Amino acid sequence: MKVELRDPNKIMKLSRLGSFHQSKLSFLRSFLNEFKEWEYKRDLFNLNENGFGEAVYSYKKNKRVYSLVCFANEIKDEERSDRVIATKWDAAFTLHDGVPTKKDIERLKNEVPKQEVGRLSYKELTLSRANKSIRIYNHVVESLSKGKQPDLNLLSKVGYLYRTTAVYGSGKFGLADRFRIKNRKEINGPFRLEMMLVYLVRQFTFDQVNHTAYHKNPKKAVKLDDNICKNLGIGNSTGLGMAPFIVNHPTLLNNWILSREKALKEIREIKDVKSQDSDLFIDCIKKSLRNITSWNTDSKYQQKKISSLLKDVEKFINFIDKDFNFESEYPFNKIYQWLEQNTCEECIEYIVSIMMEPYNNIVNPLIKEMSSDEEKYFNIPTYRKVEELRNIIEAKYPNILDINFEEKENNKNFWFISKNKEEPRLADRFEEHGSELEQPLAIARDIKKLYDKLLVSKNSLTIAEFLISNSELRHVVRRAFIVEKFPYSEIQDNTIGKDLMPIDMLRLKLSFFGALKFDPRSDKWLRICMFQGAPLPNELKSYDEQWVYKTNI
Amino acid sequence: MKSLSEIETTVKRASKAAGYSWGVSEETGKSIRLLELFGLPGIKHLNEYFNEKNKINFENLNLISENNLSSNNPYCPIALGISFLDQINILENFNKIEFRNIAYPIIFISFISRSSEIIGKKIYVKIDGKKILLNLNVNISSNFIDQEFPKIADQVEVNLLENKDNFTDHEWNNLYKLSEDTFVEESDSLKEGAAGAGLTDND
Repeated sequence: MKVELRDPNKIMKLSRLGSFHQSKLSFLRSFLNEFKEWEYKRDLFNLNENGFGEAVYSYKKNKRVYSLVCFANEIKDEERSDRVIATKWDAAFTLHDGVPTKKDIERLKNEVPKQEVGRLSYKELTLSRANKSIRIYNHVVESLSKGKQPDLNLLSKVGYLYRTTAVYGSGKFGLADRFRIKNRKEINGPFRLEMMLVYLVRQFTFDQVNHTAYHKNPKKAVKLDDNICKNLGIGNSTGLGMAPFIVNHPTLLNNWILSREKALKEIREIKDVKSQDSDLFIDCIKKSLRNITSWNTDSKYQQKKISSLLKDVEKFINFIDKDFNFESEYPFNKIYQWLEQNTCEECIEYIVSIMMEPYNNIVNPLIKEMSSDEEKYFNIPTYRKVEELRNIIEAKYPNILDINFEEKENNKNFWFISKNKEEPRLADRFEEHGSELEQPLAIARDIKKLYDKLLVSKNSLTIAEFLISNSELRHVVRRAFIVEKFPYSEIQDNTIGKDLMPIDMLRLKLSFFGALKFDPRSDKWLRICMFQGAPLPNELKSYDEQWVYKTNI
Repeated sequence: MKSLSEIETTVKRASKAAGYSWGVSEETGKSIRLLELFGLPGIKHLNEYFNEKNKINFENLNLISENNLSSNNPYCPIALGISFLDQINILENFNKIEFRNIAYPIIFISFISRSSEIIGKKIYVKIDGKKILLNLNVNISSNFIDQEFPKIADQVEVNLLENKDNFTDHEWNNLYKLSEDTFVEESDSLKEGAAGAGLTDND
């Protein structure tokens, strides 16, 4: 039986993309798998009794070394802010390519804590900073210093000691350009070095809290229990900065989604499912309930989604336990069809993610297809004809063409870059100034404009000829030829409409990172948790691959 | 040192601010990134060009022919570059294309380099007698090294080179003959057994 890939016009809608969950394809999980055989080391730990100073952690294999250089700083409570406008952080980090010399560490000490206003070199690969979750951090130090383990109830409400507020890579602020390192086999997967940074930062937070507690009370202090460490992750606060990324990297977006869709298709096409595979799938679903019930958020929007997710997952478990026979043919196809009929988008995508768990043979080859050589698809095939371009748009953007952008509500917002922080922002074009400096992120509107122009152009005109008098549409002409080859490269929705939920765009990207517990703080920023439940660095050589469903705080 | 990613993003934004469309600005970002990757003064010349653009009304050339002469002011290297890139599949039919009066020709060169990759042919350019060879966008070689690139080129000649060897048959044959010394002369038994297939296929 052949199953079709799911329709991009359904999957690439923002409400669906905003319902995606982590899976085996997620970058933090593929990072752990790739680096599990590497040698982990803490090379330097030079903190004072209050936990401030420098530390270096590394991963090494053969002659390749990646070193995380950490700087823990003392800041005042009033200086601590997760917003991009902050200028000081509890800790700042960079991933250095190789072993940093003393001179490198001195140089980095001057630059890394400054973050966006500092300058890095081609020897640095990623850059980040993080703030303590003060209530958790202080509580853990206090408890450990008194010889006690911290209150698990309190820890479970947050899930981490620190949260990062930005992770930069790929040439930002002087960091190495991607092309310098792209042929390294171990990073043949998106954001792998960013994941390494975050993972090592997590270990730094445990080491720092142990160190500080010890110096507070050397006679009584105990270390944070390994099992508690394992169940703590690293938080992250993310704002709109992430949203334009998925619009600006269409072939990369395609490769992420296409991998997920191919995995689902192949799983639905399995005729006879082995009992060990169905058992693993059901076990993961049941154990994952804990991830839903411990998912805390004050956001009414997310609470509603979590509540329908929980209800539908319980309904699904009931269906599987009582009415379903895994010995029937094509069971995962039947499950998928049942999900589409009976559950919400959030639940469909949740179960789709878990379907991948038993199938390394399907998922692992797809992980290698998730990067993109974007330059290859940049040039516009200008020898092609207007008629061809019009046909592409009609076939690939059917719902976009139905949107009437003359209506105010469909044209309400505009994306711009803030002069103060050079970060993307979203504003109401009818109430705020600056829409004349709009960024090219209103793809749906511009595709519609292009289509209207094509309707009144001669079919036989070449694209080169068309562009002579329509230069303002060049950016979307390029995109239309990309979507012809890459069906999942475009969000099939209006990114400037009244009902836009920008966090859907953030969540899409974060789900591919492997984030858990999306906690929207408004419609424009959210907090998440990464690596919660993940093995510790010294456990990586042999670990439970389904750790993500087995957190227990 | 600025990364190429920073260069591309900043050039794209600056080009938009200088009045080009987003699509053209994206192309300019790619082109200047390329020049800087090859160690050529892309940022310097673009910066100077944008400064002058406010004072001089540079000309656009939409349709390129074999001979192109600006009517008054120099050609805009970005508009000319975009036209060249877009029309390369037609221009490929000309052996030689001539331009008179181009502002900041190094910027134009970056678009020709990208065109060289599109058609899979090397392109040879003469700017007021100085020579530049564009090798399928893999590199740019020129005898301009250590000299200032001109701000205005009076005469630019673009030659699209046919794909042909850089060496004579005699030179190739000599080398090939030498390479044969790594081969083993096949005996009858090797002919029968070493390839794994039969000597005839009459089945």
